[in-house]
Amino acid sequence: MILEALSNAVGISGREDAVRKIILEAINGHAENIRIDAMGSITAVKKGTGENLPRVMVAAHMDEIGFMVTGFDGNGLIRFTSVGGVDARILPGLRVRLGDDLIPGVIIWTPIHHNRSQSVKGISDLRIDIGATKKEAASGKVSRGDRITFDSKFMEIGETMMRGKAFDDRVGCSLLVDILQGGPYPVDVLAAFTTQEEVGLRGAKVAAQHFDPDVAFVLEGTTAHDLPNPQADADDETDINPTARVGDGPVLSAMDSSMITDPRLFKFLKQTAEANDIPYQIKSRRGGGTDAGSIHLAKAGTSSAVISAPCRYIHSPAAMMSKNDYAAMLNLAQAALNAITFDTLAREN
Amino acid sequence: MFDLKAHLKSLVEAHGPSGHEGPIADLLRNDWADLTDEIDQDGLGSLIGVKRATEPADPPRRIMLAAHMDEIGLMVSDVIDGFITVHRISGVDNRVMLAQPVIVHGKQPLPGIVASKPPHLLASGERKKYPGFGDLLIDVGLPAEEVNELVKPGDLITPDVEMIDLSGRKVAAKAFDDRACVAAMSFCLDQLRGMRHSWDVYAAATVQEETGYQGATVASYKIQPDIAIALDVTFAEQPGVDQDSTASMNGGPAVGIGPNFHDKLRDKLLETAKTYEIKTQDDPIAGRSGTDAWAIQVSREGVPTLLLSIPIRNMHSPVETLDMADIERTGRLLAHFIAGLDADFMAAIDWPGLADLKTAETPA
Repeated sequence: MILEALSNAVGISGREDAVRKIILEAINGHAENIRIDAMGSITAVKKGTGENLPRVMVAAHMDEIGFMVTGFDGNGLIRFTSVGGVDARILPGLRVRLGDDLIPGVIIWTPIHHNRSQSVKGISDLRIDIGATKKEAASGKVSRGDRITFDSKFMEIGETMMRGKAFDDRVGCSLLVDILQGGPYPVDVLAAFTTQEEVGLRGAKVAAQHFDPDVAFVLEGTTAHDLPNPQADADDETDINPTARVGDGPVLSAMDSSMITDPRLFKFLKQTAEANDIPYQIKSRRGGGTDAGSIHLAKAGTSSAVISAPCRYIHSPAAMMSKNDYAAMLNLAQAALNAITFDTLAREN
Repeated sequence: MFDLKAHLKSLVEAHGPSGHEGPIADLLRNDWADLTDEIDQDGLGSLIGVKRATEPADPPRRIMLAAHMDEIGLMVSDVIDGFITVHRISGVDNRVMLAQPVIVHGKQPLPGIVASKPPHLLASGERKKYPGFGDLLIDVGLPAEEVNELVKPGDLITPDVEMIDLSGRKVAAKAFDDRACVAAMSFCLDQLRGMRHSWDVYAAATVQEETGYQGATVASYKIQPDIAIALDVTFAEQPGVDQDSTASMNGGPAVGIGPNFHDKLRDKLLETAKTYEIKTQDDPIAGRSGTDAWAIQVSREGVPTLLLSIPIRNMHSPVETLDMADIERTGRLLAHFIAGLDADFMAAIDWPGLADLKTAETPA
């Protein structure tokens, strides 16, 4: 598992270079026909041992959400915008890193002594301070268009928990590396480490058009918000959060905002998990989309499904997930690659 | 050798919210061992380092320096299903809490995160308001039964952040309010090692400023100084803070002007600043200064008091920023001022009028 290195690496959408470098080194010798396409995605093929089996695309996205420098104020403060979806409420007082040199900066905040408004300040009203006092000093260190990331380091907590940024979707990348380093599998595995998922599922579209697979699995980090509501009525059982739970195993999505999962694949994954005693959970909340949203529409249509690791606090400086979920997800993905045939995709009538 | 930046870093990366300043006092006992002649502690916990005069004045005179070592912080109110609810001890801003790394000081220090709902799941109404303290949860990533064992209501919570370098000589950290000024006091004590002075110096790292300067109230009673200079932080220029309330970063200490401060004492300090070409700025404060100076001034029979303030941005956030040069200027100015104090100083800052009255009486 190379999740720690992948989580610490910085790869905001469209600038995935550091992540790509780590993955290329990790899969070298474990797959054939390794290439980088026009979008910057890595594609690679791991030949199968069987015959007359479906060609299976497995995708995980390399990019993460972050920010971009848009301008400079006369006093040296830096204006910025988000790349991908971010909750502006988490930004005040955060530490960030700017540009390829990872220049340290902080998101400034008017002291509570001078402003007590509880209305949320949008990103356009926030500023980053790198310590420059003049526009020229700031623009000499970073440039408009430079990417900005959360200043955050991976850590392990207790027996099972991992904490870090960008688990969405470095957990998928790390699993796909494990899959390529393992095996071989009966089927051809068409691996795609994609770019630009967070800005519209862009890299996966091109990768799918290149592979033209028979079926596709997407490996993701998904929203788990299995927290109690401190203001809730403790006796009201309906007042719980309807998302996935950390520690309950990989998440199978019946649908999300980008795709309704092919029921044949959904059923196959559930049966595969049950046959192998792998825990799993089902999510049907529509929030969020995945690369499967563009893969299933590629060319003449590709049957697709998503397997996700439940992560708390994705799209923030520190997500949390369980090593047990990671291990179960790897087991499920490998079991699926070992079991899938064209019969899996047979129509019932 | 005294390393100011390393000293400051260790002070702000340690944890000591109001009423729980023990770890900071322990650090200072160690770092002040070479800088002072005696170290004492008062009943509430303020640490008092004494540097004796090299040639004592007659009668002996005392200057008190005061900078508070407490910081703002949170406290555990409850543990629900392994997640921690909080209330604040003093001055914390609920709007800078989401997604921040924290340390929960349970039976052992536990790294935690202030939970934030992912944007995918936010209802549109939720995006418009910052959550209140009652809505916040802290996740330490451990099973519920372990959290119940390790964390109890009343345990402290502080930001889990390091001091980092920004451009130039600027740095960012938590708790520069007011440990930047504790460090300035240390810098002054270090400078004084190479100087002769006839007053005793009482450097007080006070407790419980953020909750109403209880620490300075009792520390000044114990020390019974002839004059006092309190040190605190003030607002540096930044968007959202009106210009007249701010001082410039890298502009030197801001020297208070107003009823809380002694005008003649201020004049003397500014003379020293001029002599040694140390930059200062004016800091008009019309009434209550909201600092240790407010308590010290009315201690016992009253104490001529001043306030020097170091400008910082983002006060009461985990990313307070300052310029190291302002700490050095403050420490140097204090050292030169102390070295210039002599046996006649109290007469020199006496109120006008009384001296004339005595002169008038003499012929009769």
